[in-house]
Amino acid sequence: MPPSDPGDDAQHVMSADKAAVSRALNLVEDRRPESHARVAELLAALKDAPKAAGGHRVGLTGPPGVGKSTLTSVLARSVRQRGRTVGVVAVDPSSIRSGGSLLGDRARMSFDPSDAGLFVRSLPTAGEVGGLAYAANSAVRVLAAAYDMVVIETTGVGQSEIDIVHVADTVTLVIQPGSGDVLQFLKAGIMEIPDILVVNKADHEELARRAVADLRGALRTAHAAGASGGQDADWEPPIIATSATKGTGIDELIDALDRHRRHLEATLAARRRQGEVRWALDLFSRKHGEHGVSTLGGVAALKARAERDLDAGETPLSLCERLSREYVETLGKTP
Amino acid sequence: MAEYGKRQRDKPWIMRTYSGHSTAAASNELYRTNLAKGQTGLSVAFDLPTQTGYDPDDPLARGEVGKVGVPVSHIGQMRALFEGLPLDQMNTSMTINATAVWLLSLYVAVAEEQGVDPSVLRGTTQNDIIKEYLSRGTHIFPPVASMRLTTDLITYTVNEVPKWNPINICSYHLQEAGATPTQELAYALVTAIGVLDAVKATGRVPESDFGKVVGRMSFFVNAGIRFVEELCKMRAFVELWDRVAQERYGVTDPKQRRFRYGVQVNSLGLTEQQPENNVIRIVLEMLAVTLSKDARARAIQLPAWNEALGLPRPWDQQWSLRAQQILAYESDLLEYADLFKGSEVVEAQTQHLVDSAWAEVQEVLKRGGAIEAVETGYIKQKLVESNAARLRAIENGDRIVVGVNKYIESAPSPLTENLDDAILTVNPQVDADQRAALARWKIERDSAAVEKALGELERAAKTDENMMIPSIAAAHAGVTTGEWANTLRQVWGEYRAPTGVAGAAVKTSGTGAAAETIDKLRSRLHDLEARMGRRPKFLVGKPGLDGHSNGAEQIAIKARDVGFDVVYEGIRVSPEQIVASALEEGVHLIGLSILSGSHLALVPEVAQRLRDAGLGDVPVVAGGIIPEADAERLRREGIAAVYTPKDFELNNIMSDLIDLVDSQHAAE
Ligand code: B12
Ligand SMILES: Nc1nc2c(ncn2[C@@H]2O[C@H](COP(=O)(O)OP(=O)(O)O)[C@@H](O)[C@H]2O)c(=O)[nH]1
Ligand SMILES: [Mg+2]
Repeated sequence: MPPSDPGDDAQHVMSADKAAVSRALNLVEDRRPESHARVAELLAALKDAPKAAGGHRVGLTGPPGVGKSTLTSVLARSVRQRGRTVGVVAVDPSSIRSGGSLLGDRARMSFDPSDAGLFVRSLPTAGEVGGLAYAANSAVRVLAAAYDMVVIETTGVGQSEIDIVHVADTVTLVIQPGSGDVLQFLKAGIMEIPDILVVNKADHEELARRAVADLRGALRTAHAAGASGGQDADWEPPIIATSATKGTGIDELIDALDRHRRHLEATLAARRRQGEVRWALDLFSRKHGEHGVSTLGGVAALKARAERDLDAGETPLSLCERLSREYVETLGKTP
Repeated sequence: MAEYGKRQRDKPWIMRTYSGHSTAAASNELYRTNLAKGQTGLSVAFDLPTQTGYDPDDPLARGEVGKVGVPVSHIGQMRALFEGLPLDQMNTSMTINATAVWLLSLYVAVAEEQGVDPSVLRGTTQNDIIKEYLSRGTHIFPPVASMRLTTDLITYTVNEVPKWNPINICSYHLQEAGATPTQELAYALVTAIGVLDAVKATGRVPESDFGKVVGRMSFFVNAGIRFVEELCKMRAFVELWDRVAQERYGVTDPKQRRFRYGVQVNSLGLTEQQPENNVIRIVLEMLAVTLSKDARARAIQLPAWNEALGLPRPWDQQWSLRAQQILAYESDLLEYADLFKGSEVVEAQTQHLVDSAWAEVQEVLKRGGAIEAVETGYIKQKLVESNAARLRAIENGDRIVVGVNKYIESAPSPLTENLDDAILTVNPQVDADQRAALARWKIERDSAAVEKALGELERAAKTDENMMIPSIAAAHAGVTTGEWANTLRQVWGEYRAPTGVAGAAVKTSGTGAAAETIDKLRSRLHDLEARMGRRPKFLVGKPGLDGHSNGAEQIAIKARDVGFDVVYEGIRVSPEQIVASALEEGVHLIGLSILSGSHLALVPEVAQRLRDAGLGDVPVVAGGIIPEADAERLRREGIAAVYTPKDFELNNIMSDLIDLVDSQHAAE
């Protein structure tokens, strides 16, 4: 296939043409240096997509096996029934040994294949240590230009939530009854408190009640210990019991998501901007390390610079490109 | 030495052939000839739509009607299937699971029509849903709803059809999905425990009658080529089941604790290469389940020499039946008491299996039992891992398979001179005929009675009443298999079982030459990624109702291990879904796996839909039980490559796949 014009493609992405969305996602996954400019161009063209500003980017994270994919499936179906369109990015780990991956989330999702308003893409982490997939940040932006709600499913508890904060408006932590680790993490302040907590597999009311109570306790302890109160102090994270297999609790979850989205209305732009800054700097420091950051003036200076440039219309990727060029030039000048 | 004919002989086991195809009338004829050949019981193979609750006119039934078994969509067809076969004199085994309640209801209804009191019916409904999720793949409903149907059937028959075996706990299919002897023992036992605990929980069986339920449990077991170990496995089963019945369920009558089992011997190990060798394998495997008088099978069915080529013809099945008859009637086996009692070797190996299996039983119970271990994928993953180990050993030559990885030279075989005629082929016209017949049936029946029966079924499904009662009424009213299943789908939903592949740990790829080959494949994919910008992404799809997942699973795992990004969605995915996935996932290669014989309908359909979606350039390969003439046709229609069981060297397949992606990339 000949490379197509990013401007045209962007138009097609915005009208949620599946083939165009898929091509755009292929492009943002492309790691060849010669493709970076086209990726940046595409994202720039999608930046002001009408869908993007009004949309909702929802992160679902939590330990493997708690039912995130199953939940994504029922959540997406219910959101579709309410007339909104949904794009899903499901991130799975790549094998360290072979570089390959088994992308299994799709197997747990059942959708009507002829539904034009629903799109699911699996992404391998492709060697990002503990982090979101290389392309996930861009992929979310592509889908956000095409669909009303974007759901990002990531595995693991730990590093990846910190990453998911960069891309999601609402971070939802999914756990299952009896999952002690997560409670410990929360209590010990190892984990930032998410915006919404879901106790899935609440098939039995009794178990569910107990699990919700445990979680509430853990949150209180975490607050008392002064754990980072998530993103903002005015939001009390709701705890919702769901059964993805029975389909219970899904309406409550959607309501909570909607409430959080409304809550964010005033601060959303700033929150997304903060995420972009962190993403741009992350990309840069992954590429050039401590030395790169200090050569260009240190973290604080770079952050301020990033905020300025992003305000001026730069995208995180193009910014990162430019910083890289500057760094390499500086290197060339130093003897 | 005793004089011939003077010694007391034991009664032989029941001899069956698993059969059925095309239509009820054709299968009826087949059963009559089988009985005339001295077969002593019937074993009904249903087609996949009947097993998964679809009528022939359902889009999902496309290509599958009458293929691997007989279609039974309503009482008229059940009637035709047993025409002239008085049900009070038959011993009928039905391999039916998700729709077992329904097919037994049809059978009971036909008996009632014949004037036979259901209480005299003899036979077996397989009715083991756990192994469907784990291996066989004809499940419909989520585990809890399925278990409820299972227990409904058991609690109904225990009083109403007391000679019926309401369930066959199957370890057969676990071995066919790769289980080791220890795993086969352990997972069959936890299944039985799961079922009995569920029966207990219904509260329908008084404590005093529980021994009766335990006594009606029977098993369907496998026997592989390591036949000494398999012989010990059967003895271990006897011992372990006695322990479970006594210790867990307090059964005091030793007769009710007896391990009663039927067998189909191993088919996974039967080869496409030099297929005549399979006869020897089959006979050796049969010894494992017959030599021990104390652990002898009650019923045996054998696969045929052409197992890996396609469906057996009547003559092929007759050859296998003759093997049983020769052992039972010509040899002196049945004249002796147990041959191994007191053998230190056999007892030690048996004890070893008892201990290792018991430990695994405890492990699963600790994890919450069989249903829980299905839902979390624990057991499935273990099976996938064992199967991967098995295949690797064959590929590396650590496990010898004669005619496959050793002693491969062969004189031309007269048996396989014309391979395409060496199997049974089903007339493709059957599909359309059955659709037309169904339309006629629907016109001729009393539609008000049907509506009423379906309403009653739906109502009962929402309560905890026994589903047998409204199902028998629905059978009489002329309800169809698809209507019965769809009504219950509406109430209970459907279930996709874990695939077990994502978490499957595969041991390092060996050493020496094997490791080198893998390294080479990995670095080729690495190079290709650098050139393409993206790591090659491979969609492995299983279109249709086919539940044979082994091949797709092993291809998916291997592809991951050489470095592909692999999307695998499990079994029973429609062509539409496969194409939607290919489009959304942006894949570079698509592989379709079909073993149920519907490849000529489904592979071209997927290819056409890909072209319609603008994905005509994505190379498509296919694998499974695909006769060479069909493979030729698929290649002519643009399928890039076709693989069959003889292609056991997965590394070679991977190498081809990398070539394909590479040349497609070069062409762009
Ligand atoms: C194991 C097995 C089973 C197991 C399946 C377990 C599982 N989870 O997979 C069990 C016991 C459950 C089973 C059940 C049935 N089976 Co069966 N089964 C077999 C058997 C013995 C072996 C298949 C196998 O797993 N081989 C091992 C794997 C690794 O090999 P493979 O799949 O062939 O894959 C290799 C190649 O074909 C190729 N390949 C395959 N797929 C792909 C995909 C890609 C992308 C690539 C690149 C390559 C590739 O590469 C692989 C490596 O070598 C075959 C006969 C035989 N010996 O082949 C019959 C067979 C396939 N079964 C058959 C039948 C009829 C059934 C039933 C439908 C019977 C019935 N009426 O109920 C049931 C129901 C199953 C269902 N739901 O669809 C028939 C099909 C007849 C036909 N095609 O006309 C066969 C041929 C037996 C026969 N001769 O009658 N079965
Ligand atoms: N009982 C129960 N099982 C669930 C529920 N949600 C998911 N599961 C099961 O949990 C397993 C893992 O689900 P999956 O969605 O793959 O989890 P993920 O790894 O978090 O994405 C599957 O077997 C699901 O069927 C639920 O609400 N109740
Ligand atoms: Mg998942």
